[in-house]
Amino acid sequence: MAANLMPARVAQPYDVERVRRDFPILSREVHGRKLVYLDSAASSQRPQQVIDAVDRYEKYSHANVHRGVHALSQEATEAFEGARDRVRRFINARSTKEVIFTRGTTEGINLVAQSWARSRLGPGDEILITALEHHANIVPWQLVCEQIGATLKVAPIDKHGELIFDRFEALLSPRTKLVAAAHVSNALGTILPIKRIIDAAHKHGALALVDGAQAIPHARVDMQALDADFYSFSAHKLYGPTGIGVLYGREALLEAMPPWQGGGDMIRSVTFAKSTWNDLPWKFEAGTPNMSGAVGLAAAMDYVDALGLEAIAAHEHGLLEYATAELKRIPGIEIIGTAAHKAAVISFTLQGVHPHDIGTILDAEGVAIRTGHHCAMPVMDFFEVPATARASFACYTTRGEVDALVAALNKVREVFG
Amino acid sequence: MELKDLYRDVILDHNKRPRNFGLIEHPDARADGHNPLCGDRLTLSIKLNGDRVEDVRFEGKGCAISTASASMMTEAIKGKDRAAIDELFHKVHTLLTDQAAVPSPDLGKLAALSGVREFPARVKCASLCWHTLNAALEQSDAAAPATVSTE
Repeated sequence: MAANLMPARVAQPYDVERVRRDFPILSREVHGRKLVYLDSAASSQRPQQVIDAVDRYEKYSHANVHRGVHALSQEATEAFEGARDRVRRFINARSTKEVIFTRGTTEGINLVAQSWARSRLGPGDEILITALEHHANIVPWQLVCEQIGATLKVAPIDKHGELIFDRFEALLSPRTKLVAAAHVSNALGTILPIKRIIDAAHKHGALALVDGAQAIPHARVDMQALDADFYSFSAHKLYGPTGIGVLYGREALLEAMPPWQGGGDMIRSVTFAKSTWNDLPWKFEAGTPNMSGAVGLAAAMDYVDALGLEAIAAHEHGLLEYATAELKRIPGIEIIGTAAHKAAVISFTLQGVHPHDIGTILDAEGVAIRTGHHCAMPVMDFFEVPATARASFACYTTRGEVDALVAALNKVREVFG
Repeated sequence: MELKDLYRDVILDHNKRPRNFGLIEHPDARADGHNPLCGDRLTLSIKLNGDRVEDVRFEGKGCAISTASASMMTEAIKGKDRAAIDELFHKVHTLLTDQAAVPSPDLGKLAALSGVREFPARVKCASLCWHTLNAALEQSDAAAPATVSTE
């Protein structure tokens, strides 16, 4: 047999130790022990590259954007608008007009609720969400439904924490004007069949909004392939700064929507009789924006792309499988959320021990996890638990850290006898 | 901070076998407490004789600290009048928040809660039952049942 003379394109093995060296915080100690940070689904840590980019902007380029003719203002504007284009490329939006900077996922969803839904919907119209949603994708719809008399419907989940797709489809009707769904459940890690959800919404003439907060660090999200109408996410889950996020919106929709907040930057002209609005995307960015945040987000996207999102996802998936198997070996552990497709999140309970006690004992061992309702109280109610403990993994998580989690959980069992 | 200061044997014991657990039928005072941060919920029901607590029971779901604290509280307040309870509340509050406080000798078992102050995130767990008790007693003259939240 002839040997294949073409050299195989062998991907570099994923070097998690090299990745860890980029994250200064990972070398610190907590309560005299090495930090084991397993709470990246709440907020990921930032690499030196992001810290440096923000630092450089603050030290050398800061001024207000879109205003001055002076050099610094122009530099700041270039940095800010350059970051917008970096985001556009990362999510494959058609144009920077479709990239609105927000404070985070929550603000993006509220923007759509208060601008699009409030001006377009009324009594008899329905907004359909899923039972897996974070409060950020429930409460803005409750608020707007209260204001306009529309109805909020909820598609149910099964005992694995998966959307029951038939029941979801059965709830779609000509009354459905918007489907708002998470791409990945923050409380359980379930990856929702988002493309099918979007297509089903469109088939029924409804728009689709995606809460992408938990998906953006774990998977390549392509706006043109996904065909969502709105997609909201935060930088701080993607190794970027807090206080900055992005709302992607289809240009024609954004164009037709009224402004949400009024102020500087979002106007073209103001008189006491009437004001006119700026072009997209600035129409939705009233007030001085978070420039250093945008710069940090762009740096985070550079960082993630350099590592390779696919390589990160494969690394995390390996950890998820390893941790799931290891946790199952601990007597009394029940994993909450056993969907076939999950992101790097494990929610669990330990028989006879409240998650809050687990969290405190793990913390004393240096292991940081999230305990509580994860801003998803309806999910907790569905599984009839007051709270869960949740470990989540990121590009810098190691198998050794999973082992530390398991050892600390055995310590919990020891304390509680 | 030492875990064994937080999870003392008496606390683990009251968590495992909570005393006065349940509801009193036709109580003279009743209140629900809720700690949204950790999802802890408890209901206190009280039988009064004048302003003296004749009987008290609690029901709910919570962490070891909140369960043990509620259990020990019910034991501690039975038979006490409002003034004595207020005094006890003040001493427990000091114990939970003042790093330098030396447990008052009349705290009895409640002194086991002194380890909680090393764990600021857990102080609310221990104090939830006391705030709920306050709400129940204040409401005992009023008509509507009370709800307190530690957020």
